[in-house]
Amino acid sequence: MKFMGYVRPDGKVGARNYVGIIPSVTCANDVAQAINRQVQGTVTFLHHQGCCQMPPDLERVTNTLISLGHSPNLAAILIVSLGCEGTDHERMFKELAATGKHVEIIHIQELGGVSKAIQAGTDIARKLVIEVSGLQREPVDISKVVMSIKCGASDTTSGMASNCVIGYVADKLVDLGATVIFGETTEFLGGEHLLARRAINKQVGNKILQIVDAMEKRAKSIGCDMRKGQPTPGNIAGGLSSIEEKSLGAIVKSGTKPIQGVLEYWEHITTEKGLWIKDTPGREPEILTGMAATGAQFMMFSTGRGAPQGFPSMPVIKICGNPNTYQNMENDMDLNAGLIITGEKSIEQVGEEAFAKLLKVLNGEMTKNEAIQYFSAIDIHCLGPVI
Amino acid sequence: MDLKLALKVNDKDNVATIFANDIRDGTEVEIRDKAGHMDKVMVKGDVPYGHKIAVRDIHKGDLIIKYGEEIGIATKEIAKGEYVHIHNLDSMRGRGDLQGGAVS
Repeated sequence: MKFMGYVRPDGKVGARNYVGIIPSVTCANDVAQAINRQVQGTVTFLHHQGCCQMPPDLERVTNTLISLGHSPNLAAILIVSLGCEGTDHERMFKELAATGKHVEIIHIQELGGVSKAIQAGTDIARKLVIEVSGLQREPVDISKVVMSIKCGASDTTSGMASNCVIGYVADKLVDLGATVIFGETTEFLGGEHLLARRAINKQVGNKILQIVDAMEKRAKSIGCDMRKGQPTPGNIAGGLSSIEEKSLGAIVKSGTKPIQGVLEYWEHITTEKGLWIKDTPGREPEILTGMAATGAQFMMFSTGRGAPQGFPSMPVIKICGNPNTYQNMENDMDLNAGLIITGEKSIEQVGEEAFAKLLKVLNGEMTKNEAIQYFSAIDIHCLGPVI
Repeated sequence: MDLKLALKVNDKDNVATIFANDIRDGTEVEIRDKAGHMDKVMVKGDVPYGHKIAVRDIHKGDLIIKYGEEIGIATKEIAKGEYVHIHNLDSMRGRGDLQGGAVS
């Protein structure tokens, strides 16, 4: 089975062909945004990190931004640096240039301020966009697909309909030799034993238990009941009574295949195949960023209450498990898994519809959130304090 | 009258999820499991779409089971047909408020 993608110099295959404008620190966001608004064919990543953080977090931010740049959906990259940030913009430039992509960097302070940096950056971005805009898609094997999956604004239909559909698609892609990544470590609480049982070996099983334990300890260190934080008030209004119930419904979307390993939040995959976990929180801005940094060409996102957001460089396919929500928010939902709840369709039927949809999206068809550019709320998950 | 359906996912479950609108105290719903077995029960309490009811009596301190796994603990006596949610189900995870939960 094939799809039409952009083959990059490092062998990865993109489903989109953007020039990525990457601010190396939050202080560079306005310049990055101005360039992005001026030059079509660019996307930017307006995060809030990169300075006055503990060194491990600064390294985490640097690594995550590098991994974002590795995404095969980006054809070329412009790094926008302030000049005095805590992240390592020189390493960003060096490691991204090593992918064979055309990478440029500007420094706001060195260029003499914001307006001059916007002008210089716009000129560079225009050049990069013209350079990559003629690249052509070519047929590539489906095993080059990296699908990320997530559920957000869940209710009790998620675990019984939309997550089952994603599980069906995940199994099918793994059987075809592709890669599937899931995360939301918080939403393993209460279901981690089921995941550990599916690990390819004891070491991976222990790692799964370890990341869940670390996430639970971070939550417990605040000294209160996690409920309302997770599950959220929206989850609770949707009928989810505890994190355990939410988790058991959430892990259904990972399908049934063996779990090959656990990726750190900032890591990008190189040649890994099969089903993988990425250690992420459940909140959208952070997990979407983490998943795009993995190198996923797209995300399949399940919702019950109706989560509309996407991500700049990664199309997000919304699949809604709640028939009432689908009817109410059809403009934001790409697929209706609510028909499983009403008994009109089977999981397999909607699963095949979802598979057909993802092939179209890989080939270039826009998702609903992509078409309206609802994707600016992004961020990088850090562990320590802002100092 | 429309069928008012509640789904029991796993044989071990002591709760079922109602996928119907306008479930009021005293409404009769049909609980179905995967094998297609049916059990009619009178709902106690107003239950919103997608929320749960007990499929048998659950005692205070008993585990509440869905998907065949623990989703919490009953904080009150719960009768068959009664609405089960955060008012009578406590989570057992991420409980920094409990003894030993907080980092000293």
